[in-house]
This record gives sequence, C-alpha cells and structure tokens, in this order.
Amino acid sequence: MRLKSIKDLEKRRKDAIKAKEKVRNTVLVCCGTGCLAGGSAAVAEEFRKKLSERGIDMDVELRVKTTGCHGFCERGPIVTFVPSGILYQKVKPKHVDEIIEKTIIGGDVIRKLVYRDPTDKKKYVEQYSEIPFYKHQTRIALRNIGQLDPASLDDYLARDGFKGLAKALSMKPGEIVDEVERSGLRGRGGGGFPTARKWRSAIEAVGGKKYIICNGDEGDPGAFMDRSIMEGDPFDVLEGMMIGAYAIGSDEGYIYVRQEYPLAVKHLRKAIDACREAGLLGENILGSGLNFDITIARGGGAFVCGESSALMMSVAGKVGEPRAKYIHSTERGLYDLPTVLNNVETWVDIPIIIEKGGDWLAQYGNEKSKGTKAFALVGRVNNTGLVEVPMGITLRELIFNIGGGIQKGRRFKGVQTGGPSGGCIPAELLDLPVDFDHLTEQGSMMGSGGMIVMDERTCMVDIARYFLNFLLEESCGKCVPCREGLKQLKILYDRIVEGFGTMEDLERIEWLSGDVQIGSLCALGKSAPNPVLSTIRFFRDEYEEHIHDKRCRTGVCKALTKLVIEDTCIGCGKCIPVCPTDAIAGELKKLHVLDREKCIVCGSCVEICPVDCIKPEPAKVAEEVPS
Amino acid sequence: MPEIIVDGRRLKCEEGETILDVCHRNGIKVPALCYHEAVEPWGGCRLCMIEISHPKWPGWKNWVTACLYPVQDGLVVGTNTSRVRRLRATVLDLLLARCPNSDVIRKLAVEYGVEETSYQPRDDGDNCILCGLCVRVCDEVIGASAIGTAYRGVIKEVSEPLREPPPDCIGCAACAYVCPTDVIKVLQTPTHRVIWDRTFEMHVCKECGKSHITTDQRDWLIRKNDLPEDYYDLCDDCKRKVVAATQKNLATF
Repeated sequence: MRLKSIKDLEKRRKDAIKAKEKVRNTVLVCCGTGCLAGGSAAVAEEFRKKLSERGIDMDVELRVKTTGCHGFCERGPIVTFVPSGILYQKVKPKHVDEIIEKTIIGGDVIRKLVYRDPTDKKKYVEQYSEIPFYKHQTRIALRNIGQLDPASLDDYLARDGFKGLAKALSMKPGEIVDEVERSGLRGRGGGGFPTARKWRSAIEAVGGKKYIICNGDEGDPGAFMDRSIMEGDPFDVLEGMMIGAYAIGSDEGYIYVRQEYPLAVKHLRKAIDACREAGLLGENILGSGLNFDITIARGGGAFVCGESSALMMSVAGKVGEPRAKYIHSTERGLYDLPTVLNNVETWVDIPIIIEKGGDWLAQYGNEKSKGTKAFALVGRVNNTGLVEVPMGITLRELIFNIGGGIQKGRRFKGVQTGGPSGGCIPAELLDLPVDFDHLTEQGSMMGSGGMIVMDERTCMVDIARYFLNFLLEESCGKCVPCREGLKQLKILYDRIVEGFGTMEDLERIEWLSGDVQIGSLCALGKSAPNPVLSTIRFFRDEYEEHIHDKRCRTGVCKALTKLVIEDTCIGCGKCIPVCPTDAIAGELKKLHVLDREKCIVCGSCVEICPVDCIKPEPAKVAEEVPS
Repeated sequence: MPEIIVDGRRLKCEEGETILDVCHRNGIKVPALCYHEAVEPWGGCRLCMIEISHPKWPGWKNWVTACLYPVQDGLVVGTNTSRVRRLRATVLDLLLARCPNSDVIRKLAVEYGVEETSYQPRDDGDNCILCGLCVRVCDEVIGASAIGTAYRGVIKEVSEPLREPPPDCIGCAACAYVCPTDVIKVLQTPTHRVIWDRTFEMHVCKECGKSHITTDQRDWLIRKNDLPEDYYDLCDDCKRKVVAATQKNLATF
C-alpha cells in the first residue's frame, strides 16, 4: 500500500509494532555472508521445518527470522533468542531439535552452544549482551543489524525506521545541515571530511540537477563493515540518502556496490522495491513534494573505484581512473554536476542524527572525532569480527577488551589500521586513542576501519611488502609516481627479503616513498607508502636485521631462514604428516630430525608444533652473501 | 581579474584558466609530457608539479599539477623550488627506468640531474610512458575512439580493441603526431599509409597529384561535418592557390 503522508507512515508503524508484540518468542538466525558460509541457511530451514512438524504457530508462538550479520562471524552460525537474550554459537542443523526441546519449550540453556571466554575456558556467558565482544561496544551505525529481517519494511518501521525522514521532511533543508553539523559527523569512508561542510558546498553549487551517491565499494582486504550494513540494514542506507537528497535538493541517487557483494545487492534491491511500493521512493514522497529515486551501480572489482572520482567515472560508464580534485565533486562530480558522495556508514548515521538530534551523537567520541566508528577487527586476536566503538577509545581497549587479546597468549606486536594503505602502530602506542587525528599523527589513518592485529610471529618487512604488492596490483596506472614508484619499491623490498638488501636500498625506499606520497594523483598513491614508512619508523631494527645480519627473526622470509628442531621436541609426530616435502623424520617420543635440503620453510610444522620447538635460524652467514 | 605570483612575478590571469596556461602565456617554462593544448588536461605525468602557497593561509603549502590547478587570486607559485626539482627528478628517474631507450626522456632527465636511472630498468619494453595522449586525441578531437588502454597499473598498455587492427581507425595519424616519445609508427608511401596494423588507401589531389588524406578519413570528415563530396578533392596547398587566384581577380576588378 502506498503511504501518502507521514500519518500513513505512523499508522503502518503502529500496525507493525502490534504484529511484532503478538509474537511471544523470536529466534534470530544470522544470515550474513559469514554465517551463511557456515551453513546458517540450513539451520533456519531446519528450525522452520521442525516447528511446523510440531504444530507451533509461527505467527504467534515463535517466529524464525533470518537477519543480517551480528559481527561475530568467527563464532558463526549465530542464533539468538528474543526476549530471553540468549546467544548460541556455532549452531548446526543437528542441534535444532535439542534447542527446541530444551531452550524453547523447556527454557533451559544448552551449555555446549554457549560462548566461552577464550582466556578462561570455564567461564560460560549465556547472554548476548554480556559477551565481552558485545558488552564493550556502542552500536549506532550497526544498531539494527542482526535485530531485524533485512527484507522487511515492517521490521524496520517497528525499530523506529523512517522516523528520521519523517522529521526531516518537516524541517527546512538548512536546518538538516545544521543538525548534521552539530553532530560533528565526519566522513566514515577514510578521509574524515566534515559531512555538513560537504553538503553545504553542494547546496551552494551552481547547477540544476544534483546527485547523491552512496559509496559501497569497500575494497580493503579484511574489511566488511559496509557489506554488513548493506546486507543487514538496507533501509537505513536508503533513509539516510533520502534525507541527504531532501537537504541538498537532489532527485537522483546511486548506490555503488562492489562486484564481490551479491547479497548486499540482493537486499538493497528488495529494500528499494519495497520503498517504491510504499511510496517512500519515487515522486512526492509521503506527500512532501520530494522526488527521489535510487539506482544500484555495480563495480567491476577494482580497488581504485572506491576513490570517489574514480567511482563517479565508473558509474558514468568510463574507465575507473581518478581525476585531480582541485575542483570538488560537490561542484563538479558525476556527469560534471554537483554531487554529494558519502560512505555507507556515514549515510546510516544520518537518520538517527535527525531523529535524536546532533547533540545526541556528539556525546560520543572525543573533541575532534564525534560519534562511533565500526571496525573490522581481524588478524591474530581471539575475537575477530565487526565492532563499533566510540571514537577516542584506545587501541588497547579495542584489541584486549573486545578482541579478547592475542591468540594462544602470544605477544602483541602491532596493528595495521586503515586497510592496506594505513600504517602499522606498534605495541608502545597501544594507549593511542583511535580517532581521525591521532592515527594520522602516527603515520597511519582511520581509513574505512580495517584493523589487522599482528603478533610476534609477523615479520614487519614482509607485511609492508605484502600491502605494497596489493596496492601495486590495484594501482590504476594513470600517474607515474604510483605506477612506476610502487613497482620500484616492490623491487627494493624483494632485494631485502631475499638477503641482497643494503642500507642504501633502505634509504632509497624512504626517499622514493616521500616522493610517491607528494607526487601521486589520488589518495591510493598518496597513502600507499604509509605501511612502508610506518614500519620503517617503528620497526627499523627488523629492517636492519634483514640487511646486516641476513636474518628474519620470525622466520617468515624464506630466503633468510632455515628451520631447526630444538631438543625440547617431545616426539609427538604431529609435524611429520603436515610436511609437504617429507623433510621431517623421527620416531614417537624421540627427538625428530629435519632435513634442511628438503625443507622449503613453509612453516606448517611450526604452526602445528604443540611445544613451539621448531625455531627459525638465519640461513645465510652475513659475510657469505654477495653484495 | 585574478592575479597570481609566479616565481616572484605578478601575473594577470583570466578566471577559470589553469596555472600552466598562465605560465605558457608568460614564457615560463614548465615541463609536461601528458599535456597538449588540443585535449583536456589530464594530470598523469606529474612533471608539471609546482609548489603553491597563499598569504591568506600562513604555513599552508601544497604540490599540485599546473595543468589542472585553476588560478586563484593571490596564489603564490614556485615552478622551480628544490622540492619541485626533486619531484621532477624522481618522476624522470622512474620514467627512464621504464623507457631506458627514449632520447626524449633521457634529455629531460639530464636537465634534472639524472644521468642514469637509480632504479631497475625495464629490458623488454617500448618507449611508451602511458601519457594517454594518443587515446585522448582519438576520442576528444577526432571522435573515432579507435584505440584505448588495456589492463591497469604497471602492466597497463595502449591497445587496439581485442588486439586486432582497430576497425574504427580512420588512419588520420593524430595519435602518432601527439605522441611525445614517438612510439606510434606510421609507414607512408605515395599511395598508402600503414598505422596500427592497418593499411589505408591515400586520396590524391586532383590538381597536383599529391596524396594528402586517407580515403577513410575523407569519408569520415565529410559524413561527420556534412561537407560536399568534392571537399577534399584538392589538397590544402592547391586550395590555397585557388583562393589566392580568386582574390587576385577580385583585386584587379
């Protein structure tokens, strides 16, 4: 049914809430990409099947909902229960019968499915909200994810959806921008540009037609904040864009979704269709006179198309290459017309800012970075997943309280923030507040919110080389410093990890990095040397070890490493079958022997050894290596 | 009318022009390889990088490409500061590693103190620096869009569609004309022109018998600009003679 006015909207919301209240219990099965890969669709199916076999009325007694990502993907598939608030992890279809019997009918908790603290295995945490991973989070952008069915407009309405839009339509466009300004909101896609200032310059820009774009081309390896939002809360993205359209006077919007996110496209399409049907997109939205519609543009898989000007080229059907932004997109963007482009996470912050007021969001965060930020916490932490915290929280709180510390009790070494073109922050700076300015000061950046945690087994030279290689492959090739500079940097790194590096090479790396930073055309090239310069700054001793001693202390750089089995070996035999070249021999409970001729230093044995007795040693004597 | 200060000289500018426009008009030399007045500025070669500051924002300094940066009243521009020279030297050093056999690059590199490249030279490539001029001139000026680029990043290359002789090429050779490092080869005989692996027939001037345009280009231009069929029957020189003769008659009358 088409909603013709705000009154119609409120009536539909009331009906939706009433229908929801009728249901006594709800089972929420996470169907984000992570949990789907873990088989959650089969779990949801099994629930529906078993419940109907038992004759339970699914509209009244118990409803099964497939939701978006809860963020705790590592523990998936995740099933939660409303109103009891219990969370079960790693649920398989075979558990469903037992869950219905014991938990839903009996009201008991099944211990084996409950979350256990990785540092204290005896501690069981039954409640969703009590799990440290969730307990220390403040979810604003992620507020709806995992709590509703992404395809259902009524679900969204029942959780206060479109309240922001309804309020915005009663305000003047200028008042909306003032409210956004009061919130202190800065772009969540990486640059941290004040959102209100961007909108204001688009309002002032000359030109009849204006565009709104949502950047959903989340390309950082390991980052999935935007994907989860688009998959799990698509209406929120649309609502944010509608408010933006009303504020700047636009009638056409695009959501640019990267090629690799089919589920996000599917859910956004469903949401757009539902909005069109309800009259929330199209002409004369809610009788306000606002005309606005949204089209989905799909990327082709290039990382550089996350850069705003390259993205607009791609939407316009041209080669996805950036242009110089001396004239801002807000004046000349898509099709050379004024365009406001914001990131997914920025857009979902808008409805709640309008609904609750800018001051409400500004209470979170610190002086210059307001509100919250979502991070994809990955790498060698115990709890990997999606987290949202107030800006200004320290890295220590993020990694140790929420992330649960480093896997297997190893030592923390560094954290790469801001994706591949961010920087590496060392252990000494664990108390650094996580916000736009503090991270930039240390040669890193907020970026889109990727956070890769590294432990003592990570070689910092190798990690810088890895990110450099990623950016080299993703460079569009338009400008010389990025295209040729990154290639030469990679060659210099190859020399170092293969044991041919000199101190002049290291100096050359620093020199060239400085010029690539200043000389490149777009943010990809300008920030590409960040991992290089930050690792040299904080881990210079490791570089010098590679160059002077021809030694990689972590054993990651194969050319510099040979593996040795120390006498602490207990002769368990676990390393023998995992060796791909049959280089290890030995009898049970006797010291094993490693044949260096056969060993390819793949590290499989190091990984599996229960007593950590296989150690890296320098493969070459420093003097033997030709310079 | 805005004014900017370039290397200490106060210069008058037009609204909307770029710093490179102003420099060119006033005889200030700024190197550029991907720039050509016939096409839109692009900002790819990064050789025209200059240093800018503004008295209104003390302490602010930036390095931008002169070919794209629009003039702004009061802007202070340095076209040859030590940082600018270092940036250009690095770009040329990198380009020399890419094209060690290019005389154009080598000559320019020497001007910036780079005699030999400090980086690992490429041993299997041509002299293409991927400035994109050929592709842009074909698209923006000719309108044929016969060639493009393939791949991205360091393996990017100028290419015909599907690496076959480009069907949309009209053999005008504008691409070869704008190429700064002379990579695009044209073979010209009195009756034929070979470019991009295609052989084009030449159209001969009725008057002097000189071949002056490919038949494909003639047909293209007549169709595109709605010209009379005999428009290209005479070459430019002979056309001029005809016009001159007409005017002479007019003068004697």
